[in-house]
Amino acid sequence: MTAAQLMLAVLWIGLTLYALLAGADFGAGFWDLLAGGTARGRPQRHLIEEVIGPVWEANHVWLIFVLVLLWTGFPPVFAAVMSTLYLPLTLAALGIIARGAAFAFRKASDVLWQQRLFGAAFALSSVVTPYFLGTVAGAVASGRVPPGLAAGNLIRSWCNPTSVLGGVLAVGTCAYLAAMYLCHDARRLGRPDLAAAYRRRALVTGLAVGVLALAGIAVLHADAPALSGNLVHRALPLVIGSGLAGAASLALLVARRYLLVRATAALAVTAILWGWAVAQYPYMLPPGTPYTEVAATPAVLAAVLVVTGAGAVILLPSLAWLLILFQRQPAPGRHDVV
Amino acid sequence: MVVGVRAAGPADLVAAREQMALSLGWHIVLACLGVGLPALTAFAEWRAIRTGQPVYLALAHRWAKAMGVLFAVGAVSGTILSFEMGLLWPGLMGTYGQVIGLPFALEGFAFFIEAIFVGIYLYGWDRLPRRVHLLTAVPIVVSGVASAFFVVSANAWMNQPRGFRLVDGGVTGVRPWAAMFNPATAPQTIHMILAAFMVTGFLTASVYAVGMLRGGRDRYHRLGFLIPFTAAAVLTPLQIAAGDYAARFLAHYQPTKLAAIEGVFNTGSHVPLHVGGVVRDGQLRYAIEIPDGLSLLVGYRPSTVITGLDRVPVADRPPVTPVHLAFDLMVGVGFGLLLLGAWLLLAWWRRRDLPRPALFLRLAVLAGAGSVAALEAGWVVTEVGRQPWVVYGYLRTADAVNPAPGLTAGLVLVAATYVVLTVASVHVLRRLAHAGQDAAGPLAAPQEAAPPQAAPQETVP
Repeated sequence: MTAAQLMLAVLWIGLTLYALLAGADFGAGFWDLLAGGTARGRPQRHLIEEVIGPVWEANHVWLIFVLVLLWTGFPPVFAAVMSTLYLPLTLAALGIIARGAAFAFRKASDVLWQQRLFGAAFALSSVVTPYFLGTVAGAVASGRVPPGLAAGNLIRSWCNPTSVLGGVLAVGTCAYLAAMYLCHDARRLGRPDLAAAYRRRALVTGLAVGVLALAGIAVLHADAPALSGNLVHRALPLVIGSGLAGAASLALLVARRYLLVRATAALAVTAILWGWAVAQYPYMLPPGTPYTEVAATPAVLAAVLVVTGAGAVILLPSLAWLLILFQRQPAPGRHDVV
Repeated sequence: MVVGVRAAGPADLVAAREQMALSLGWHIVLACLGVGLPALTAFAEWRAIRTGQPVYLALAHRWAKAMGVLFAVGAVSGTILSFEMGLLWPGLMGTYGQVIGLPFALEGFAFFIEAIFVGIYLYGWDRLPRRVHLLTAVPIVVSGVASAFFVVSANAWMNQPRGFRLVDGGVTGVRPWAAMFNPATAPQTIHMILAAFMVTGFLTASVYAVGMLRGGRDRYHRLGFLIPFTAAAVLTPLQIAAGDYAARFLAHYQPTKLAAIEGVFNTGSHVPLHVGGVVRDGQLRYAIEIPDGLSLLVGYRPSTVITGLDRVPVADRPPVTPVHLAFDLMVGVGFGLLLLGAWLLLAWWRRRDLPRPALFLRLAVLAGAGSVAALEAGWVVTEVGRQPWVVYGYLRTADAVNPAPGLTAGLVLVAATYVVLTVASVHVLRRLAHAGQDAAGPLAAPQEAAPPQAAPQETVP
C-alpha cells in the first residue's frame, strides 16, 4: 500500500465517521423540525438536545478533518471541488453556521419566541445542509467536476439527477440514523413512549431510504453509467452487504433490539460509502483524474500520516471517555458542591 | 495545477477579500476567547477547590457556560473558514495546500481534543469528582493554545514561505516541518497567543466592570473583575515586548511590511517614528514625527538604515495608510492598557483595593472593546501589510482567487449571516450574564445536560 493509498483510506474513514456521527446529528434536526407544536414537541426536542448536546461538536470536527486531509493530501482535487461547486458548498457552509449557532442559542435561551426562532433555524438548516453535501457527492461521483479552477459547469454540476439522488439520500439516511439512535436513547432516559415513536419513524424512513436506493440504481444507470457499472461489478459485494445490513436493521427494529440495530445500520451506511469508493477507484475526479496524479509529495503524506496516527492515540481514548460519560446519569445533589 | 480558463474580475476579487476579512475578523475574536476562557475558568475552579469559597465556583460555572456557547459558535465560524480556503482561494490551496497542510492537520487534532474535553468539562460538571473535573480543563487549555500556535504558524508561512521548491508552477521537494517552523512562526505565534489571553481578560473584566458601575460591589463582581483584569494587565507589558520583537523581525525579514507600517517611502538612516498621518502623493503627511525613532527602535542607533517602499516596484507595495493607522491604533491601545494596569497596581499597592474613581471602571469597560479593536487592527497590519501577495513573493492574491463569477453575491449572503449571528450571539451572552448569580439556573450551554423541566417563559421578564 502506498502512502497516497493510505491517505485515501484515512480520508474515507474520516468521511464515514462524519456520515455516521454528524449525520445522525443532522437527522436529529430533521425530527426536531417534525416534532410538532411547542407543547407537543417539547419532550422530543428536549430528548434531542439532551442526546446531541455534548457530542455534536466532536462529531462535527470530522468534517474539518476531511477537508484538511483533502487539501493536504490531494490539493488539486480540493481546489477543483471547492471552486466548481462553490454554490452548494457556500449554502452548506451557511447551513452549518445556522445549525451550530442556533442549537447553542436555543439551549441558552429561555424566552419562547426565541427558542422557536432558533429552533426553526436549527431544524431547517439540519435538513438543508446534508442535502447540499449530498449534491456535492453526486457531482463528483457522476464525473461533473473536472480538474482546474471552476472548470466545471457552476449550476449543472450539482443540479442533475445524480446530485439530487445524493442529496435526498443524504437527508433520508441522516433521518434514519437519528431515529434509530434516538430509540435507544429514549429508552435509556426513561421515555418508552418516545422510543416507540422513533421506532415507527426509523422503520418508515429505513424503508423509504431502501426504496430510494433501489430506485437510485436506475438513476445512476442513466446518469452516471461508469459509476453504476462498477457498482454492480467490482463493488457488488459491498452493495449487497449494505442491502443485507439494511434489511437486518429493519428486522432488529421490529424486534426492538435498539442497541444491536445501531451496529447493523452503521454497517449498511458504511458499506454503501465504501462501495462508492471502490466503484470510483482509482479516480478522484472521474472520468480522468486518478489519485496518483493529484497526490501530494511523499514527504507531506508521510508527515501527515504520522501525525494522524499519533493524534489518534490521544484522540480515540478521549472520545471514548466522552461517549461513556455521556451515557451516565448525573449524581443527585452534587450540583455545585465543592 | 491546471490554470482555469476563467479569470476573476476586480469586483469579485474585492468581494472575496472582504468575505475572508469578515469571516476571519469575526472568528478571531471567538478563537481568542476559545484560547483564554478555559484558562480563566480553570483558575476560578482551582481557587474554589483551594479556598472552599462558593463564589469562585459560581464564577467558574458562569464562565464555563459562556465558554460552551462561544465554543459552539467558534466551531462553526472556524469550519466556514476551512470551506472558504477552497471556495475563495482555490488558486492558493490547489498549489500550496500540501505545503501548509501539516499545521492544519495538527490544528484539526488539537481542535478535536478541545471539542471533546469541552464536552466532558461541561457535561461532567456534576457527574465527575471536582478534582477530576478540574483536570479535564487541562487538555482544553493546552489544545486551545496549541491550536492557536498551529494556525498562526500556517499564517506565518504566508509571510515567510519556506520548505518547498517551485518548478513550472508546481511545488516539489516539500519539507512540511520546515514550512511550519518558518522564521515568522516564533514572533507571530507569541504575539497572537498573548493577544488571545489579553482579549479574553479585558473583555471578561469589562462585563463585570459594567456590573460594578451599576452597583454590584459584592465579592462575586469584584473577583469576576479582578481575576481576568489582573491576568490581562500582567500580560500587557510582555505583549508590548513581543510586539517590539515582531516589528524588529519585520525589519530583517519583511521590510516592505515594516515600511508600510511606518509609512517609510525612502530608504535611509535617521528614520523618524511616525504617529498618525495619511498618504498623499506618495508621502506620509500630517504625521507626528519622533526624530530617529524608527532607526533607534530597529537597530538601537540613529544611523540604522531602514528599507523603504522605494526598494519594491509600485505594483508590489501594500496600501500604506490603512496598515499604518491600524498599527498606530494597536500600539496606542496597547499602551493605554498598560497605563490602566499600572493604575490598578498603584491602588492595590497603596490600599489593597481598586482605584476609587469611577473613571477607572469606565476605562476598564472601554478596555474590553479596546482590546478587540487592537486585535483586529493587528490582524489588519499582518494581512493587509502582506498585500499584494497571499504567499509573500510567490503568489499574488489576485491569482489565488476563485475565478467563478458571482462571488459578490456570496459576500452579501455571508455578510447578512454574520450580522444575524452577531446580534444573536451578543443577545444570548447578555442573557447569560444577566441571569443572576445562580449559575445552575435555567440557561444552559449546549454541551450541558438540560435542566429537567426548563419550561420557557412566555415573555421577556
